[in-house]
Amino acid sequence: MPSNLESALFVFVLATFVGFEVIRRVSPLLHTPLMSLTNAISAISLVGSIVITGAEKSTLSTVLGTIAVVCAMANVVGGFVITDRMLKMFKTRETGR
Amino acid sequence: MIAAYFIQFSYIAAAALFILSLRWLSHPTTARRGVRAGEIGMALAVVGTLVHHEIVSYHWILVGFVLGSAIGLPLAVFMPMTHVPQRTALSHAFGALAAALVGTAEYYLRPGELSTFTMAALSLEVILGFLTFTGSLMAFGKLQDLVPSRPIVYKGQNGVNLSLLAVAVAAAVYLVMHPGRSELFPVMAVLSLLFGVLLIIPIGGADMPTVISLLNSYAGLSAAAMGFVLDNNLLIVAGALDGSSGFILSVIMCRAMNRSFTNVLFGGFGQVRVAAAGAEQRSVRGATAEEAAAILEASTSVVVIPGYGMAVAQAQHKVRELYDALTRRGVDVKFAIHPVAGRMPGHMNVLLAEADIPYDRLIEMEEINPEFPRADVALVIGANDVTNPAARHDKASPIYGMPILDVDKARTVMVIKRSMNPGFAGVENELYYMDKTMMLFGDAKAFVGELVKEMSGASVGA
Repeated sequence: MPSNLESALFVFVLATFVGFEVIRRVSPLLHTPLMSLTNAISAISLVGSIVITGAEKSTLSTVLGTIAVVCAMANVVGGFVITDRMLKMFKTRETGR
Repeated sequence: MIAAYFIQFSYIAAAALFILSLRWLSHPTTARRGVRAGEIGMALAVVGTLVHHEIVSYHWILVGFVLGSAIGLPLAVFMPMTHVPQRTALSHAFGALAAALVGTAEYYLRPGELSTFTMAALSLEVILGFLTFTGSLMAFGKLQDLVPSRPIVYKGQNGVNLSLLAVAVAAAVYLVMHPGRSELFPVMAVLSLLFGVLLIIPIGGADMPTVISLLNSYAGLSAAAMGFVLDNNLLIVAGALDGSSGFILSVIMCRAMNRSFTNVLFGGFGQVRVAAAGAEQRSVRGATAEEAAAILEASTSVVVIPGYGMAVAQAQHKVRELYDALTRRGVDVKFAIHPVAGRMPGHMNVLLAEADIPYDRLIEMEEINPEFPRADVALVIGANDVTNPAARHDKASPIYGMPILDVDKARTVMVIKRSMNPGFAGVENELYYMDKTMMLFGDAKAFVGELVKEMSGASVGA
């Protein structure tokens, strides 16, 4: 277990740094789409929900898992679609109208 | 065996695609590619997970997929852009609830056998998940006006809130040491749910940009904690990305208001204060649409300062007509965007982009401020505190030290406002009493419409 803990923390720290560096560069113009995109990406918790639900180990875990799949799926679908919808609207004068 | 490799490969590819996705979001020209990358990463990860050896039945997974899509898709497709803050709050609630429920399910599957470390991560996941869930629902309620958006404060509020959280954390610590004491788990969960509600109650509408960013960060962190519990690196990466994004945004928002996290969360800012110096009756200069239109037409450069009031009045499309009318006359029109204008980071940009205003006309505070002295007209539409010169010199003002747009330095200032009521911070705005300021009283949408009509009328007559 300690080796798992170490590597998990390792991944977390590195990903946080990458996150800071990448997101610092996002123009304030796009902060709203940024929030909806990161929200969609963190809906990757769908993956965990799927395994809990599909394993059907107990009624409770299957029920909670199914609700979690619904919530996460709503964010996956909704997050990407609305981000794209917003980004489509950002035009310059040349590309616009 | 092959399935395990396939899962690992799909997760690594997904993590890389998520990072690329955010990388491409840095500029509007590549941003949509970023969305594609994120979608592909997500699809890979989901397909990879579906072959997981623990899965014995797809029945409920499919039910979840269908229901989730049925909820998420309409919310994304039909939600008007003015409601984006609400949708965002709602999606933070969904994400946090998913993490909290998975944590709960995981706990009850093996309460006695969790290692200290796993139990610690699980407690963090559940506490953050549940408090973000109810907190985001409250934020949604305030943004949607289901709950009064003014701060609700009472004596000893911070004491009550903090002791609730302290008890929840104490329960968590005890659980970490004795994971088998399952009777404490509901205590921790319920207190976290309650704390989320109480945390948001005292927060006013104007602080929503910070709060939404903070909730964003919590939702990400609870997803990362879930990654620790399930020993899943992809979850850790995605959660860390989301967490750091929310954190960066909250820092930017706090800086733009010259306030600290503690001040936003526990300050009860935005209560209507009894104006101390409000005794003296100062006079303002009103003006009609006709007068204002004449000045706008005669100018060479105009800076528009949009605020939440523009969103409330749904005036962005009329503003675009005004932009067109002025641009046709050779007037240089720019938009000054304060970081906390609106109810979430970047809110104004999305609204103006929706109204087809080119994004190169939307200028950030630091860049536009030096241009105000050269502007003929600064036209304030539905913004208030971010234009108040008191922030620069009045040490007694609650907004003292907040970075503002230097609207008062323009040659003429026009303010479209419904009435003389003070803004969310309850602070009188000095700008309105300056000699060069013209107050244009009326609904933002209707008044901008009148300005446009005056201008087209004049051009027909000429």
